[in-house]
Amino acid sequence: MSTTAPPSNPVPTADASGSIGAELGPPAGWVGWLGLGALLFFLAAQAVGVLISPPDRDMGHLQKIMYVHVPAAWTAFVAFGVVFLASIIYLWKRSERADLVAASAAEVGTVLTGLTLALGSIWGKPTWGVWWTWDPRLTSTAILFVIFAGYLALRSFVEDPDRRARWCAAVGILGALNVPIVYMSVQWWRTLHQLQSSPATVDAPYALGLRLNAFAFLFIFLYLLARRYRAAKVERVIEVRRERRALEGE
Amino acid sequence: MSTLRLELTRAGAIAWKDLTTERRTKATFNSVAFLAALMLILFGFALGPDAEALRGAAAGVLWLTVLFSGVLAFNHSYQLELEGGALETLLLYPGDRRAIFLGKLAANLVFVVLVLLLVVPMAAVLFNLPLLRPFPGLAAVFALGTFGFVTLGTFYAAMASRVRAREVLLPLLLFPMLVPLLVGAVGATRALLAGDAMGDAGAWMRLLGAFDLIFFVASLLAFEYIVED
Repeated sequence: MSTTAPPSNPVPTADASGSIGAELGPPAGWVGWLGLGALLFFLAAQAVGVLISPPDRDMGHLQKIMYVHVPAAWTAFVAFGVVFLASIIYLWKRSERADLVAASAAEVGTVLTGLTLALGSIWGKPTWGVWWTWDPRLTSTAILFVIFAGYLALRSFVEDPDRRARWCAAVGILGALNVPIVYMSVQWWRTLHQLQSSPATVDAPYALGLRLNAFAFLFIFLYLLARRYRAAKVERVIEVRRERRALEGE
Repeated sequence: MSTLRLELTRAGAIAWKDLTTERRTKATFNSVAFLAALMLILFGFALGPDAEALRGAAAGVLWLTVLFSGVLAFNHSYQLELEGGALETLLLYPGDRRAIFLGKLAANLVFVVLVLLLVVPMAAVLFNLPLLRPFPGLAAVFALGTFGFVTLGTFYAAMASRVRAREVLLPLLLFPMLVPLLVGAVGATRALLAGDAMGDAGAWMRLLGAFDLIFFVASLLAFEYIVED
Protein backbone atom coordinates (compact mmCIF):
# COMPACT_ATOMS: atom_id res chain seq x y z
CA MET A 1 0.00 0.00 0.00
CA SER A 2 1.09 3.54 -0.53
CA THR A 3 1.94 4.04 3.14
CA THR A 4 5.18 2.12 2.75
CA ALA A 5 6.22 3.65 -0.58
CA PRO A 6 9.21 5.99 -0.20
CA PRO A 7 8.54 9.74 -0.36
CA SER A 8 10.12 9.98 -3.81
CA ASN A 9 7.15 8.07 -5.21
CA PRO A 10 4.22 8.40 -2.81
CA VAL A 11 1.52 7.26 -5.22
CA PRO A 12 1.97 3.87 -6.92
CA THR A 13 2.38 4.35 -10.65
CA ALA A 14 -0.82 3.97 -12.58
CA ASP A 15 0.63 1.72 -15.27
CA ALA A 16 1.35 -1.69 -13.85
CA SER A 17 4.32 -2.37 -16.07
CA GLY A 18 6.94 -0.05 -14.55
CA SER A 19 9.91 -1.61 -12.81
CA ILE A 20 9.24 -2.64 -9.23
CA GLY A 21 12.66 -1.35 -8.26
CA ALA A 22 11.64 2.08 -9.50
CA GLU A 23 8.41 1.96 -7.51
CA LEU A 24 10.08 0.89 -4.26
CA GLY A 25 13.24 2.91 -4.66
CA PRO A 26 16.71 1.36 -4.56
CA PRO A 27 17.46 -1.03 -1.69
CA ALA A 28 19.18 0.69 1.21
CA GLY A 29 22.96 0.72 0.78
CA TRP A 30 23.66 -0.39 4.34
CA VAL A 31 22.05 -3.79 3.80
CA GLY A 32 24.86 -4.99 1.56
CA TRP A 33 27.49 -3.75 3.99
CA LEU A 34 25.65 -5.39 6.86
CA GLY A 35 25.72 -8.69 4.98
CA LEU A 36 29.43 -8.42 4.27
CA GLY A 37 30.12 -7.42 7.88
CA ALA A 38 28.03 -10.30 9.22
CA LEU A 39 29.88 -12.78 6.98
CA LEU A 40 33.32 -11.52 8.05
CA PHE A 41 32.29 -11.46 11.71
CA PHE A 42 30.94 -14.99 11.41
CA LEU A 43 34.19 -16.23 9.84
CA ALA A 44 36.25 -14.51 12.53
CA ALA A 45 34.07 -16.01 15.28
CA GLN A 46 34.57 -19.49 13.80
CA ALA A 47 38.29 -18.91 13.59
CA VAL A 48 38.38 -18.04 17.28
CA GLY A 49 36.11 -20.94 18.15
CA VAL A 50 37.85 -23.61 16.10
CA LEU A 51 41.48 -22.52 16.24
CA ILE A 52 41.99 -20.69 19.51
CA SER A 53 39.79 -22.38 22.08
CA PRO A 54 41.13 -25.73 23.37
CA PRO A 55 39.24 -29.01 22.83
CA ASP A 56 36.93 -29.96 25.68
CA ARG A 57 38.27 -32.56 28.14
CA ASP A 58 35.34 -34.96 27.62
CA MET A 59 33.87 -34.03 24.29
CA GLY A 60 36.99 -32.98 22.38
CA HIS A 61 36.37 -30.93 19.26
CA LEU A 62 32.76 -32.04 19.21
CA GLN A 63 32.10 -29.36 21.81
CA LYS A 64 32.65 -26.71 19.12
CA ILE A 65 29.14 -27.28 17.81
CA MET A 66 28.07 -25.34 20.90
CA TYR A 67 29.46 -22.18 19.30
CA VAL A 68 26.85 -22.29 16.56
CA HIS A 69 24.08 -24.33 18.21
CA VAL A 70 23.55 -22.10 21.24
CA PRO A 71 23.66 -18.76 19.35
CA ALA A 72 21.26 -20.15 16.73
CA ALA A 73 18.79 -20.94 19.51
CA TRP A 74 19.23 -17.51 21.12
CA THR A 75 18.76 -15.72 17.83
CA ALA A 76 15.65 -17.75 17.06
CA PHE A 77 14.19 -16.51 20.35
CA VAL A 78 15.08 -12.94 19.39
CA ALA A 79 13.32 -13.49 16.05
CA PHE A 80 10.11 -14.75 17.71
CA GLY A 81 10.29 -11.83 20.12
CA VAL A 82 10.33 -9.56 17.06
CA VAL A 83 7.28 -11.41 15.66
CA PHE A 84 5.43 -10.89 18.95
CA LEU A 85 6.21 -7.16 19.18
CA ALA A 86 5.59 -6.46 15.49
CA SER A 87 2.26 -8.31 15.68
CA ILE A 88 1.11 -6.20 18.63
CA ILE A 89 2.24 -3.05 16.83
CA TYR A 90 0.32 -4.14 13.74
CA LEU A 91 -2.96 -4.63 15.60
CA TRP A 92 -2.45 -1.34 17.40
CA LYS A 93 -1.23 0.96 14.59
CA ARG A 94 -2.28 -1.04 11.50
CA SER A 95 1.03 -0.31 9.79
CA GLU A 96 1.83 -2.59 6.90
CA ARG A 97 5.50 -2.25 7.79
CA ALA A 98 4.91 -4.03 11.12
CA ASP A 99 3.12 -6.88 9.35
CA LEU A 100 5.96 -7.35 6.86
CA VAL A 101 8.56 -7.23 9.64
CA ALA A 102 6.61 -9.90 11.57
CA ALA A 103 6.40 -12.09 8.45
CA SER A 104 10.13 -11.72 7.74
CA ALA A 105 11.16 -12.38 11.34
CA ALA A 106 8.89 -15.44 11.52
CA GLU A 107 10.51 -16.91 8.44
CA VAL A 108 14.08 -16.28 9.59
CA GLY A 109 13.18 -17.50 13.10
CA THR A 110 11.74 -20.75 11.74
CA VAL A 111 14.90 -21.38 9.72
CA LEU A 112 17.07 -20.69 12.79
CA THR A 113 14.92 -23.03 14.89
CA GLY A 114 15.36 -25.76 12.29
CA LEU A 115 19.09 -25.09 12.32
CA THR A 116 19.16 -25.32 16.12
CA LEU A 117 17.43 -28.71 15.99
CA ALA A 118 19.72 -30.03 13.25
CA LEU A 119 22.90 -28.89 15.00
CA GLY A 120 21.66 -30.27 18.30
CA SER A 121 21.00 -33.66 16.69
CA ILE A 122 24.46 -33.75 15.14
CA TRP A 123 25.93 -33.06 18.57
CA GLY A 124 23.55 -35.42 20.36
CA LYS A 125 24.29 -38.54 18.29
CA PRO A 126 27.95 -38.92 19.37
CA THR A 127 27.38 -37.47 22.86
CA TRP A 128 24.13 -39.05 24.00
CA GLY A 129 24.14 -41.90 21.47
CA VAL A 130 20.82 -40.86 19.95
CA TRP A 131 19.73 -38.30 17.33
CA TRP A 132 16.74 -37.31 19.36
CA THR A 133 15.67 -37.56 22.98
CA TRP A 134 12.42 -36.40 24.52
CA ASP A 135 14.04 -33.81 26.67
CA PRO A 136 12.22 -30.54 27.51
CA ARG A 137 14.47 -28.15 25.65
CA LEU A 138 14.57 -30.26 22.49
CA THR A 139 10.88 -30.92 22.57
CA SER A 140 9.86 -27.33 23.18
CA THR A 141 12.15 -26.19 20.36
CA ALA A 142 10.46 -28.68 18.04
CA ILE A 143 7.03 -27.40 19.09
CA LEU A 144 8.16 -23.83 18.54
CA PHE A 145 9.20 -24.89 15.05
CA VAL A 146 5.76 -26.34 14.22
CA ILE A 147 3.88 -23.40 15.77
CA PHE A 148 5.66 -20.97 13.48
CA ALA A 149 5.53 -23.34 10.52
CA GLY A 150 1.74 -23.13 11.01
CA TYR A 151 2.02 -19.33 11.06
CA LEU A 152 3.86 -19.41 7.72
CA ALA A 153 1.30 -21.85 6.28
CA LEU A 154 -1.51 -19.47 7.28
CA ARG A 155 0.32 -16.60 5.59
CA SER A 156 0.55 -18.51 2.35
CA PHE A 157 -3.11 -19.59 2.40
CA VAL A 158 -4.75 -16.18 2.87
CA GLU A 159 -4.87 -13.93 -0.18
CA ASP A 160 -6.43 -10.75 1.11
CA PRO A 161 -3.48 -8.73 2.49
CA ASP A 162 -5.44 -6.91 5.20
CA ARG A 163 -7.07 -10.08 6.48
CA ARG A 164 -3.77 -11.95 6.27
CA ALA A 165 -2.03 -9.31 8.36
CA ARG A 166 -4.71 -9.31 11.06
CA TRP A 167 -4.96 -13.11 11.25
CA CYS A 168 -1.22 -13.63 11.31
CA ALA A 169 -0.79 -10.98 14.00
CA ALA A 170 -3.32 -12.82 16.18
CA VAL A 171 -1.69 -16.21 15.52
CA GLY A 172 1.79 -14.75 16.12
CA ILE A 173 0.75 -13.28 19.48
CA LEU A 174 -0.94 -16.47 20.69
CA GLY A 175 1.98 -18.57 19.48
CA ALA A 176 4.51 -16.42 21.31
CA LEU A 177 2.34 -16.47 24.47
CA ASN A 178 2.45 -20.24 24.35
CA VAL A 179 6.26 -20.48 24.30
CA PRO A 180 6.80 -20.23 28.10
CA ILE A 181 3.79 -22.47 28.79
CA VAL A 182 5.06 -25.13 26.40
CA TYR A 183 8.48 -24.96 27.97
CA MET A 184 7.16 -25.26 31.51
CA SER A 185 4.79 -28.10 30.70
CA VAL A 186 7.43 -30.12 28.89
CA GLN A 187 9.89 -29.52 31.70
CA TRP A 188 7.47 -31.07 34.16
CA TRP A 189 6.95 -33.87 31.74
CA ARG A 190 10.58 -34.92 31.61
CA THR A 191 14.12 -33.65 31.94
CA LEU A 192 17.54 -34.74 30.66
CA HIS A 193 19.21 -31.83 28.83
CA GLN A 194 22.40 -30.54 30.36
CA LEU A 195 22.35 -27.10 31.94
CA GLN A 196 21.86 -24.31 29.47
CA SER A 197 25.19 -23.01 28.14
CA SER A 198 25.93 -19.32 28.50
CA PRO A 199 29.19 -17.36 28.79
CA ALA A 200 28.73 -17.55 32.57
CA THR A 201 28.58 -21.37 32.68
CA VAL A 202 31.60 -22.13 30.45
CA ASP A 203 35.32 -21.51 30.97
CA ALA A 204 36.86 -18.26 29.77
CA PRO A 205 38.43 -19.63 26.54
CA TYR A 206 35.03 -20.95 25.46
CA ALA A 207 33.13 -17.84 26.53
CA LEU A 208 34.92 -15.68 23.94
CA GLY A 209 33.94 -17.98 21.08
CA LEU A 210 30.37 -18.15 22.34
CA ARG A 211 30.06 -14.36 22.70
CA LEU A 212 31.55 -13.67 19.27
CA ASN A 213 29.22 -16.21 17.70
CA ALA A 214 26.20 -14.74 19.48
CA PHE A 215 26.92 -11.38 17.83
CA ALA A 216 27.72 -13.03 14.49
CA PHE A 217 24.32 -14.75 14.51
CA LEU A 218 22.59 -11.53 15.53
CA PHE A 219 24.16 -9.72 12.57
CA ILE A 220 23.24 -12.54 10.21
CA PHE A 221 19.68 -12.39 11.56
CA LEU A 222 19.48 -8.63 10.97
CA TYR A 223 20.86 -9.04 7.46
CA LEU A 224 18.39 -11.83 6.56
CA LEU A 225 15.57 -9.83 8.15
CA ALA A 226 16.41 -6.78 6.04
CA ARG A 227 16.61 -8.86 2.83
CA ARG A 228 13.41 -10.72 3.58
CA TYR A 229 11.63 -7.47 4.41
CA ARG A 230 12.66 -6.05 1.04
CA ALA A 231 11.41 -9.22 -0.68
CA ALA A 232 8.12 -8.96 1.24
CA LYS A 233 7.70 -5.39 -0.01
CA VAL A 234 8.34 -6.50 -3.58
CA GLU A 235 5.73 -9.25 -3.17
CA ARG A 236 3.23 -6.68 -1.91
CA VAL A 237 3.84 -4.47 -4.96
CA ILE A 238 3.23 -7.47 -7.21
CA GLU A 239 0.02 -8.30 -5.35
CA VAL A 240 -1.25 -4.74 -5.65
CA ARG A 241 -0.48 -4.72 -9.37
CA ARG A 242 -2.17 -8.08 -9.96
CA GLU A 243 -5.24 -6.81 -8.15
CA ARG A 244 -5.29 -3.60 -10.15
CA ARG A 245 -4.88 -5.48 -13.42
CA ALA A 246 -7.70 -7.83 -12.48
CA LEU A 247 -9.94 -4.85 -11.68
CA GLU A 248 -9.11 -3.24 -15.03
CA GLY A 249 -10.21 -6.48 -16.66
CA GLU A 250 -7.13 -7.09 -18.74
CA MET B 1 -24.10 -5.26 34.39
CA SER B 2 -26.97 -5.03 31.95
CA THR B 3 -24.59 -4.83 28.96
CA LEU B 4 -22.91 -7.99 30.18
CA ARG B 5 -26.27 -9.68 30.50
CA LEU B 6 -27.22 -8.48 27.03
CA GLU B 7 -23.99 -9.90 25.64
CA LEU B 8 -24.58 -13.24 27.32
CA THR B 9 -28.14 -13.32 25.96
CA ARG B 10 -26.75 -12.77 22.47
CA ALA B 11 -24.15 -15.49 22.98
CA GLY B 12 -26.88 -17.80 24.25
CA ALA B 13 -29.02 -17.12 21.19
CA ILE B 14 -26.13 -17.99 18.87
CA ALA B 15 -25.34 -21.17 20.80
CA TRP B 16 -29.02 -22.15 20.74
CA LYS B 17 -29.23 -21.56 16.99
CA ASP B 18 -26.12 -23.70 16.34
CA LEU B 19 -27.31 -26.49 18.58
CA THR B 20 -30.78 -26.48 17.04
CA THR B 21 -29.28 -26.82 13.56
CA GLU B 22 -27.13 -29.68 14.75
CA ARG B 23 -29.98 -31.36 16.59
CA ARG B 24 -32.18 -31.29 13.51
CA THR B 25 -29.60 -32.64 11.07
CA LYS B 26 -27.34 -34.62 13.45
CA ALA B 27 -25.02 -34.93 10.45
CA THR B 28 -21.81 -33.85 12.14
CA PHE B 29 -22.45 -35.36 15.53
CA ASN B 30 -23.21 -38.81 14.21
CA SER B 31 -20.13 -38.99 12.04
CA VAL B 32 -17.80 -37.47 14.66
CA ALA B 33 -19.09 -39.78 17.41
CA PHE B 34 -18.73 -42.78 15.11
CA LEU B 35 -15.21 -41.75 14.15
CA ALA B 36 -14.27 -41.35 17.82
CA ALA B 37 -15.54 -44.85 18.62
CA LEU B 38 -13.68 -46.21 15.62
CA MET B 39 -10.45 -44.53 16.71
CA LEU B 40 -10.62 -46.12 20.15
CA ILE B 41 -10.89 -49.54 18.53
CA LEU B 42 -8.06 -48.78 16.09
CA PHE B 43 -5.81 -47.62 18.93
CA GLY B 44 -6.61 -50.88 20.67
CA PHE B 45 -5.43 -52.86 17.64
CA ALA B 46 -2.34 -50.69 17.17
CA LEU B 47 -1.24 -51.02 20.79
CA GLY B 48 -1.66 -54.78 20.90
CA PRO B 49 -3.69 -57.21 22.96
CA ASP B 50 -1.68 -56.93 26.17
CA ALA B 51 -4.27 -55.67 28.67
CA GLU B 52 -1.71 -54.06 30.99
CA ALA B 53 -0.04 -52.13 28.18
CA LEU B 54 -3.44 -50.97 26.94
CA ARG B 55 -4.43 -49.70 30.34
CA GLY B 56 -1.11 -47.86 30.66
CA ALA B 57 -1.66 -46.11 27.34
CA ALA B 58 -5.37 -45.45 27.91
CA ALA B 59 -5.04 -41.83 29.12
CA GLY B 60 -3.09 -40.83 26.03
CA VAL B 61 -5.37 -42.79 23.70
CA LEU B 62 -8.46 -41.19 25.21
CA TRP B 63 -7.18 -37.62 24.84
CA LEU B 64 -5.85 -38.13 21.32
CA THR B 65 -9.22 -39.56 20.33
CA VAL B 66 -10.98 -36.50 21.76
CA LEU B 67 -8.57 -34.12 20.00
CA PHE B 68 -8.64 -35.84 16.61
CA SER B 69 -12.39 -36.26 16.49
CA GLY B 70 -13.31 -32.95 18.11
CA VAL B 71 -11.23 -30.96 15.65
CA LEU B 72 -13.67 -31.97 12.91
CA ALA B 73 -16.50 -30.11 14.63
CA PHE B 74 -14.95 -26.64 14.80
CA ASN B 75 -14.70 -25.79 11.11
CA HIS B 76 -18.20 -27.08 10.66
CA SER B 77 -19.64 -24.54 13.07
CA TYR B 78 -18.46 -21.68 10.82
CA GLN B 79 -18.95 -23.62 7.62
CA LEU B 80 -22.70 -23.57 8.06
CA GLU B 81 -22.68 -19.78 8.44
CA LEU B 82 -20.46 -19.32 5.40
CA GLU B 83 -22.50 -21.55 3.15
CA GLY B 84 -25.66 -19.67 4.00
CA GLY B 85 -23.91 -16.30 3.70
CA ALA B 86 -25.00 -15.79 7.30
CA LEU B 87 -21.68 -14.78 8.83
CA GLU B 88 -21.89 -11.30 7.29
CA THR B 89 -25.37 -10.86 8.72
CA LEU B 90 -24.20 -12.07 12.10
CA LEU B 91 -21.38 -9.54 11.99
CA LEU B 92 -23.75 -6.74 11.03
CA TYR B 93 -25.92 -7.18 14.11
CA PRO B 94 -25.32 -4.44 16.67
CA GLY B 95 -23.35 -5.26 19.77
CA ASP B 96 -20.01 -6.77 20.57
CA ARG B 97 -18.55 -9.45 18.30
CA ARG B 98 -17.32 -11.24 21.40
CA ALA B 99 -20.86 -12.57 21.74
CA ILE B 100 -20.38 -14.51 18.48
CA PHE B 101 -17.23 -16.11 19.86
CA LEU B 102 -18.85 -16.95 23.18
CA GLY B 103 -21.92 -18.40 21.47
CA LYS B 104 -19.88 -20.59 19.12
CA LEU B 105 -17.68 -21.60 22.03
CA ALA B 106 -20.70 -22.68 24.09
CA ALA B 107 -22.20 -24.67 21.22
CA ASN B 108 -18.88 -26.40 20.50
CA LEU B 109 -18.46 -27.17 24.20
CA VAL B 110 -21.83 -28.91 24.28
CA PHE B 111 -20.86 -30.82 21.15
CA VAL B 112 -17.50 -32.04 22.49
CA VAL B 113 -18.98 -32.88 25.90
CA LEU B 114 -21.56 -35.07 24.17
CA VAL B 115 -18.76 -36.82 22.28
CA LEU B 116 -16.94 -37.30 25.61
CA LEU B 117 -20.04 -38.82 27.21
CA LEU B 118 -19.86 -41.48 24.54
CA VAL B 119 -16.09 -41.94 24.28
CA VAL B 120 -15.13 -42.07 27.96
CA PRO B 121 -17.47 -44.92 29.00
CA MET B 122 -16.55 -46.77 25.83
CA ALA B 123 -12.84 -46.41 26.63
CA ALA B 124 -13.54 -47.60 30.17
CA VAL B 125 -15.08 -50.77 28.76
CA LEU B 126 -12.49 -51.38 26.03
CA PHE B 127 -9.42 -50.66 28.15
CA ASN B 128 -10.83 -51.86 31.46
CA LEU B 129 -10.45 -48.55 33.31
CA PRO B 130 -11.61 -47.88 36.87
CA LEU B 131 -13.69 -44.76 36.20
CA LEU B 132 -15.91 -44.59 39.25
CA ARG B 133 -13.41 -44.29 42.08
CA PRO B 134 -11.56 -41.21 40.77
CA PHE B 135 -14.71 -39.82 39.16
CA PRO B 136 -14.86 -36.27 40.66
CA GLY B 137 -11.19 -35.64 39.79
CA LEU B 138 -11.59 -37.08 36.30
CA ALA B 139 -14.64 -34.94 35.66
CA ALA B 140 -12.64 -31.83 36.64
CA VAL B 141 -9.73 -32.84 34.37
CA PHE B 142 -12.08 -33.43 31.44
CA ALA B 143 -13.85 -30.12 32.08
CA LEU B 144 -10.57 -28.17 32.13
CA GLY B 145 -9.05 -30.00 29.17
CA THR B 146 -12.18 -29.71 27.06
CA PHE B 147 -12.60 -26.01 27.80
CA GLY B 148 -9.07 -25.15 26.68
CA PHE B 149 -9.33 -27.37 23.61
CA VAL B 150 -12.67 -25.93 22.52
CA THR B 151 -11.58 -22.32 23.20
CA LEU B 152 -8.56 -22.53 20.91
CA GLY B 153 -10.42 -24.72 18.41
CA THR B 154 -13.25 -22.18 18.09
CA PHE B 155 -10.73 -19.37 17.76
CA TYR B 156 -8.53 -20.94 15.08
CA ALA B 157 -11.51 -22.30 13.15
CA ALA B 158 -12.78 -18.73 12.73
CA MET B 159 -9.76 -18.28 10.45
CA ALA B 160 -9.18 -21.75 9.07
CA SER B 161 -12.80 -22.23 7.94
CA ARG B 162 -12.45 -19.29 5.59
CA VAL B 163 -9.43 -20.45 3.56
CA ARG B 164 -8.99 -23.01 0.82
CA ALA B 165 -7.16 -25.76 2.69
CA ARG B 166 -9.30 -25.62 5.84
CA GLU B 167 -9.15 -29.33 6.68
CA VAL B 168 -5.36 -29.24 6.83
CA LEU B 169 -4.86 -25.75 8.16
CA LEU B 170 -6.92 -26.10 11.34
CA PRO B 171 -4.99 -29.05 12.84
CA LEU B 172 -1.74 -27.49 11.62
CA LEU B 173 -2.45 -24.32 13.61
CA LEU B 174 -4.28 -25.89 16.53
CA PHE B 175 -2.37 -29.01 17.54
CA PRO B 176 1.05 -27.43 18.20
CA MET B 177 -0.70 -24.90 20.45
CA LEU B 178 -2.39 -27.72 22.36
CA VAL B 179 0.82 -29.48 23.45
CA PRO B 180 0.75 -28.10 27.04
CA LEU B 181 -2.93 -29.03 27.27
CA LEU B 182 -2.30 -32.55 26.01
CA VAL B 183 0.64 -33.04 28.36
CA GLY B 184 -1.33 -31.73 31.34
CA ALA B 185 -4.57 -33.56 30.58
CA VAL B 186 -2.87 -36.91 29.92
CA GLY B 187 -0.67 -36.48 33.00
CA ALA B 188 -3.64 -35.76 35.25
CA THR B 189 -5.82 -38.50 33.75
CA ARG B 190 -3.06 -41.10 34.04
CA ALA B 191 -2.32 -40.10 37.64
CA LEU B 192 -6.00 -40.31 38.61
CA LEU B 193 -6.54 -43.66 36.89
CA ALA B 194 -3.55 -45.05 38.78
CA GLY B 195 -4.95 -43.87 42.12
CA ASP B 196 -2.92 -40.61 42.29
CA ALA B 197 -0.66 -41.90 45.05
CA MET B 198 1.90 -39.16 44.39
CA GLY B 199 -0.65 -36.33 44.30
CA ASP B 200 0.46 -35.33 40.77
CA ALA B 201 -3.00 -34.66 39.41
CA GLY B 202 -3.40 -31.38 41.27
CA ALA B 203 -0.25 -29.88 39.70
CA TRP B 204 -1.35 -30.91 36.21
CA MET B 205 -4.79 -29.45 36.82
CA ARG B 206 -3.27 -26.13 37.85
CA LEU B 207 -1.33 -26.14 34.57
CA LEU B 208 -4.59 -26.81 32.68
CA GLY B 209 -6.36 -24.05 34.60
CA ALA B 210 -3.62 -21.52 33.80
CA PHE B 211 -3.61 -22.57 30.13
CA ASP B 212 -7.39 -22.19 29.92
CA LEU B 213 -7.40 -18.78 31.54
CA ILE B 214 -4.55 -17.34 29.44
CA PHE B 215 -5.93 -18.53 26.12
CA PHE B 216 -9.56 -17.76 26.93
CA VAL B 217 -8.66 -14.13 27.60
CA ALA B 218 -6.25 -13.95 24.64
CA SER B 219 -8.70 -15.42 22.12
CA LEU B 220 -11.59 -13.34 23.45
CA LEU B 221 -9.51 -10.18 22.92
CA ALA B 222 -8.10 -11.26 19.55
CA PHE B 223 -11.43 -12.45 18.12
CA GLU B 224 -12.48 -8.86 17.29
CA TYR B 225 -9.50 -8.56 15.00
CA ILE B 226 -10.00 -11.77 13.08
CA VAL B 227 -13.66 -11.30 12.22
CA GLU B 228 -13.67 -7.62 11.27
CA ASP B 229 -14.17 -7.49 7.52
